[in-house]
Amino acid sequence: MLLLEQFLNGLQFGLLLFLLAAGLTLVFGIMDLVNLAHGSLYMLGAYFAATFAAWTGSFLFGAALALVATLIVGMILEIIVFQRLYGRDHLDQVLGTFGLILFFNELVRLIWGPGGLTLSLPSWLSGAVQILPGVYYPAYRLAIIAVALAVALMLYVIVMRTRVGMLIRAGASNREMIGALGININLLFTLVFGLGAALAGLAGLMQAPILTVQIGMGENILILAFVVIVIGGIGSIRGAFAAAVLIGLVDTLGRIFLPDLLRLVLSGTAASSAARALSSMLIYLTMAIVLVVRPEGLFPTTSQR
Amino acid sequence: MVDPLLRVENLVRRFGGIVATDNLSLDVARGELHAIIGPNGAGKTTLISQLTGQLLPNSGSIRFCDQDITSLPAHRRSALGLARSFQITSLLPDFTAIDNVALAAQAHDGHSFRFWGNARKEGHLREAARAALDRVGLAHRAEIVVSKLSHGEQRELELAVALATKPQLLLLDEPMAGLGITESARMVKLLQELRREVTIVLVEHDMDAVFALADRITVLVYGRVIASDVPSAIRSNEEVKRAYLGDQHAVTRHG
Amino acid sequence: MKPTDPRTILIALLCAALILLPLYTGFTGNVFMLTLFTRIIIFALAATSLNLILGYGGMMSFGHAAYLGIGGYAVGILAHEGITSGLVQFPVAVLASALFALVVGSLSLRTRGVYFIMITLAFGQMIYYVAAGLDRYGSDDGLTIYRRSQFGGLIDLSNRTQFYYVCLAVLFACLYLVWRIVNSRFGLVIQGIRSNERRMQAIGFPVYRYRLACFVIAGAMCGLAGALLANHTEFISPSIMYWTRSGDLMVMVILGGIGSLFGPLIGTIAFLALEEVLSGITEYWQIIIGPLLLLVVLFGRGGIDGWLGRLRRG
Repeated sequence: MLLLEQFLNGLQFGLLLFLLAAGLTLVFGIMDLVNLAHGSLYMLGAYFAATFAAWTGSFLFGAALALVATLIVGMILEIIVFQRLYGRDHLDQVLGTFGLILFFNELVRLIWGPGGLTLSLPSWLSGAVQILPGVYYPAYRLAIIAVALAVALMLYVIVMRTRVGMLIRAGASNREMIGALGININLLFTLVFGLGAALAGLAGLMQAPILTVQIGMGENILILAFVVIVIGGIGSIRGAFAAAVLIGLVDTLGRIFLPDLLRLVLSGTAASSAARALSSMLIYLTMAIVLVVRPEGLFPTTSQR
Repeated sequence: MVDPLLRVENLVRRFGGIVATDNLSLDVARGELHAIIGPNGAGKTTLISQLTGQLLPNSGSIRFCDQDITSLPAHRRSALGLARSFQITSLLPDFTAIDNVALAAQAHDGHSFRFWGNARKEGHLREAARAALDRVGLAHRAEIVVSKLSHGEQRELELAVALATKPQLLLLDEPMAGLGITESARMVKLLQELRREVTIVLVEHDMDAVFALADRITVLVYGRVIASDVPSAIRSNEEVKRAYLGDQHAVTRHG
Repeated sequence: MKPTDPRTILIALLCAALILLPLYTGFTGNVFMLTLFTRIIIFALAATSLNLILGYGGMMSFGHAAYLGIGGYAVGILAHEGITSGLVQFPVAVLASALFALVVGSLSLRTRGVYFIMITLAFGQMIYYVAAGLDRYGSDDGLTIYRRSQFGGLIDLSNRTQFYYVCLAVLFACLYLVWRIVNSRFGLVIQGIRSNERRMQAIGFPVYRYRLACFVIAGAMCGLAGALLANHTEFISPSIMYWTRSGDLMVMVILGGIGSLFGPLIGTIAFLALEEVLSGITEYWQIIIGPLLLLVVLFGRGGIDGWLGRLRRG
């Protein structure tokens, strides 16, 4: 059934977005840091995975190594660069992290060349799974959904049920408070940033076999991640989840059904070009509407004025 | 009795589960100096913010000069003659003292959709600004950037800015906060002079100043008015003494 | 700006050099340099318009490159339809940009901080996708402009030197305009709002209206830059409106120094000239420029112009 398949595609895309957005919203909510280079970590996750999988001959090993590598890069970045950007004007952070984007794109080009890489599906995941009688869905995409949901659950447990999570929640709504509690702020920040980097890397490596491993892939999806956290409410993981799934569904289903919808009112060629333009715009239209109606997002965390 | 300049009726403002303003009513007569006192958390600043338009009440009404201003935006209330000084100094830090005051005068001198000409050279605005600065004793500091002024000077500048808008009602939110002995005395003297020209609502913790200046005092506790009367009556009011004055919560001027 | 301090002298020298440039390139036959600086001038104009809302107004718009595209497409689309008169194209470019800015501004300016950044970015992306969907006008591949804007016999824009001087004249005119605006009543209000919005509202300014007006002016000025750009490259494509181009513009403004009149010009020269120089040295020049930007942010307050301003104390 086409609708079910597209629904699952939308869910899968949304969950990937969630992984990317979760790190972004945590960092923005707690450290008040606008990090445009978050997409670069996503790109590194993909590149690392393709490289390590080729070296070890195993998808899983490659993925695990890539995750660790991205985590390490993230934490090194945090210590060398981001610690100096905390508390700075958002403008400065935008400029600085923009510079990081340029740097990473060129670094990747230097190391891996301009052509991009490929990562093939592991053979044990390349088939299709029967989810309903007569309905098949790619196993790999199901795996993505499963992994992302597992990570979401894990994040929920960490944030809602552990002490660290409590600090994260407190920090997202009131930054000064966690300092006053006498916690080692620097360590907390490094860990949070590392977590975000790992999530971004995970998203990057998971999409690698089915989408792309190329320079500049981070910028395209970073925008969507920002849209997600704005709609969801900055600092809110719950919000990021809801918004990401919403956006994933809106984008995927919109692209599929909008051309048909438009063909009801417009001529063939006009409908196709309008559909192409509109379906890309859908996500931004959604965000604009949400911002006008509920400017703090769907799940606002901040109580300070 | 002549209509009060400001009439607040059954004002309610909630923040989540907290009722910051609890069915508050009060009147301010034209020409009087009306003080509002109360322990910390009594909702004084919340009240001021609703009066000036930074905050909208959940219910109730505010009438100023016999006009309903309850949901009027802040800038419109300023145009009607309501001026405010902020509890935490809120000036334009990268502008000079005279620039700050001149802008306030400019806001009440027609529109500012003029893209030509040098606004800093508009004589009548600069003069009005200097006059206001003179009033508060800051004329000699006119060309100093605000971030370089002392705390006391900034508090006085807040007053000058409010005055430059030619207000009918001056809402002062703890003008003496953080001032030393001499500065406080100067501020009290200044207010004594100003009260003859403009109606003043004064939120203050400094009890000496309050009792020296006020024609009437309203006491706020947990967002409710527990007493509103002349100073002598307030001083002897049992409920007030229990809630506030007797409990050593009153902050003295060099606290 | 005192007449004899190093910063004023340097800027005066810069302007003189820009005016004399075609003489140099004509003499040496270095056409490439002339076209490079024409491009720099046009982007400096775009950056100046962004500085009006970003530097002076404190509005961090991440969708400003959209107006380059709107201005460019106004010229491109009209040229495609046979209307090549600059006297029609340029006003349309400016008006269309102003109109779009009015729509975007009226919605975006109801938000603050990062939400404002995101919503301006969203509108920028939206117009990008609209342009990419215009099949008749090249969609993704872009639109070639076969004839530059015609101004009767007055100016020949296809003459490189004349075109350079037209762009330079427009830039200087707009710099003068910005200078007058900044010192006017309007300009003081805008800067006051950047400084302390709550205070400005309290003394009686309807803040939203002034911000919106500023936003529209900046959009219109950038549309003008777009019209010039389309003439320069004889081509227009949606990619000029992609959000990373807005990022480039912001870099030029911030690098040069926010809220200073000549900052955007200096920043644009620094950014684009550096780009040229570095790419001559290594094809991986962005590896250098990236960290360089970061260093400027971390250690250089107020951009290059701010550094120049501190020279007199040195």
